[in-house]
Amino acid sequence: MRKLGFIFLFISIACFVTAQQQGSKRTNQQSTHQNHQGHNHAQGDHSGHNHAKGDHSGHNHAQGDHSGHNHAQGDHSGHNHAHGAHDDHGGHMNACGHVVHDHSEFNPGAVAFHHISDQNVYSIGPWQLPLPCFLYTHKDSEGGSKFDVFSSGNFKADYHGNGSVAYNGYVLYEGSARRIRGNFNRDGAVPLKSGSHSVYAVEEMQDNGKKKDQLYLCEGGKIFLVDSKSTLDGGLFGGGITSFTDFSMTKNVVSMIIVCLFLFWLFRKVARAYKNRQGLAPTGIQGFIETIFVFIQDEVAKPFLGKRWQEFIPILMALFFFILGLNLFGQIPFFGGSNVTGSLSVTAVLAIVAFLVTTKNGNKDYWKHIFNMPGLPAWVKIIVTPVEMMGAFIVKPLTLMLRLFGNMTAGHMVIVIFVGLIFIFGKNGMNPAAGWGMVIPSALLTLFMMAIELLVAFIQAFVFTILTASYIGAATEEHHH
Amino acid sequence: MTGSLAAIGAGLAVIGAAIGIGQIGGKAMEAIARQPEAVGDIRSNMILMAALVEGAALIAILLSFFVG
Repeated sequence: MRKLGFIFLFISIACFVTAQQQGSKRTNQQSTHQNHQGHNHAQGDHSGHNHAKGDHSGHNHAQGDHSGHNHAQGDHSGHNHAHGAHDDHGGHMNACGHVVHDHSEFNPGAVAFHHISDQNVYSIGPWQLPLPCFLYTHKDSEGGSKFDVFSSGNFKADYHGNGSVAYNGYVLYEGSARRIRGNFNRDGAVPLKSGSHSVYAVEEMQDNGKKKDQLYLCEGGKIFLVDSKSTLDGGLFGGGITSFTDFSMTKNVVSMIIVCLFLFWLFRKVARAYKNRQGLAPTGIQGFIETIFVFIQDEVAKPFLGKRWQEFIPILMALFFFILGLNLFGQIPFFGGSNVTGSLSVTAVLAIVAFLVTTKNGNKDYWKHIFNMPGLPAWVKIIVTPVEMMGAFIVKPLTLMLRLFGNMTAGHMVIVIFVGLIFIFGKNGMNPAAGWGMVIPSALLTLFMMAIELLVAFIQAFVFTILTASYIGAATEEHHH
Repeated sequence: MTGSLAAIGAGLAVIGAAIGIGQIGGKAMEAIARQPEAVGDIRSNMILMAALVEGAALIAILLSFFVG
């Protein structure tokens, strides 16, 4: 039961930390304007916006040529787009003069990111299961601090994850809830006039010099800025602290709960089998789990933990089976492809738990070796102590987190791209012969990748466990000089 | 020149990973040739080391992909 208690502890912490998960990565790798890197805007209309003033190949922006545009000035700090004629980029022009991507051109980067990131709706095949949203708007935003609880079914999302209804000032774009800035009607449901194409992304240069996708909402001729959820990664993945925090029960949370309940049921069954069949040989699922359990116990726990191996079996087993369950759950095809371990927040929590266990069980020798390594002259200790501290407090948890995250995310992305090869070759419907011809090779490649991913799922769970065991062993090792 | 510096960085990271895992595999083969009855131990250690080396390379690839 203690092991299962650890599993539930993971879930509760991860539910909280999921709010800090990486936010909008490049939602559209290519900007909706495919041929140019920036925008030509009517000069003098920007306050604090940096736009790369590049060369447009074949674009004519007639200055001041608005056809019936209303830009409410107070809404977005003087953002004026003076656009005239536009070439068609495989989309249609919305009322605000921007070409909106209407999926007539396939965008593998955006599709890959959409499929590996967390979402507020659970899409299984063609069905979108609504999930509860808990959204907290920060104090210094329009309307003050506010905590919203509603179902993401209110967004009326289509199968791309774009909502056609704005609810309480939030809108769903690519599966994630986003908040509309500015003077928007934040009372209940507001159907958007352009439906699910109301929110669009524009690749822009941010203040820190990096290019990022900025989202806009075009509603009633007005342009509103749209914020993605806050993340704690300091803008590394395009996030940072924005105007709201997303505490929702997202796809990752639901997947973790499902995996946890499944593991609970499975291990109760195995435990009951041991009680009912004492002295008999193990059969069925009991034999299968026993093989894995004994493998971890004999190869991981006993060699690394020495005498105290029995105390740490619950946490090691919990880590191993939880990570294995999450990895494998993400591999189930057509079931939403929930990439739980490929999200930094979940792996961060697992690494933090491993770190807490080693820190709590560190004995005096362990701390002595970090802060005051015996047997060294003083001037060497000055160098060694910071390195050891960094290693123990920063490097070890960080590498645990990034290794698991990187392996699972890379695998997922490769699988999505392999399936997307069909659409790339078929030019999204323009070249059906090439598309059809690509089906068999793409399916074989995907099958191959999925087989490798099953192996990687086991290996990564095993590596996480064995490294945690080695760190705990190092922390509890007895003095033996 | 098309492409970005980030892609070049990712490629360099893969070179390191490939060299590392190649060395691991090669030494494992030699060890198995020297002592065929230790195949099980050698194989599991080889896979463990390869996963660690791969982890470092994948961290570099993903960072170059996201940040660059």
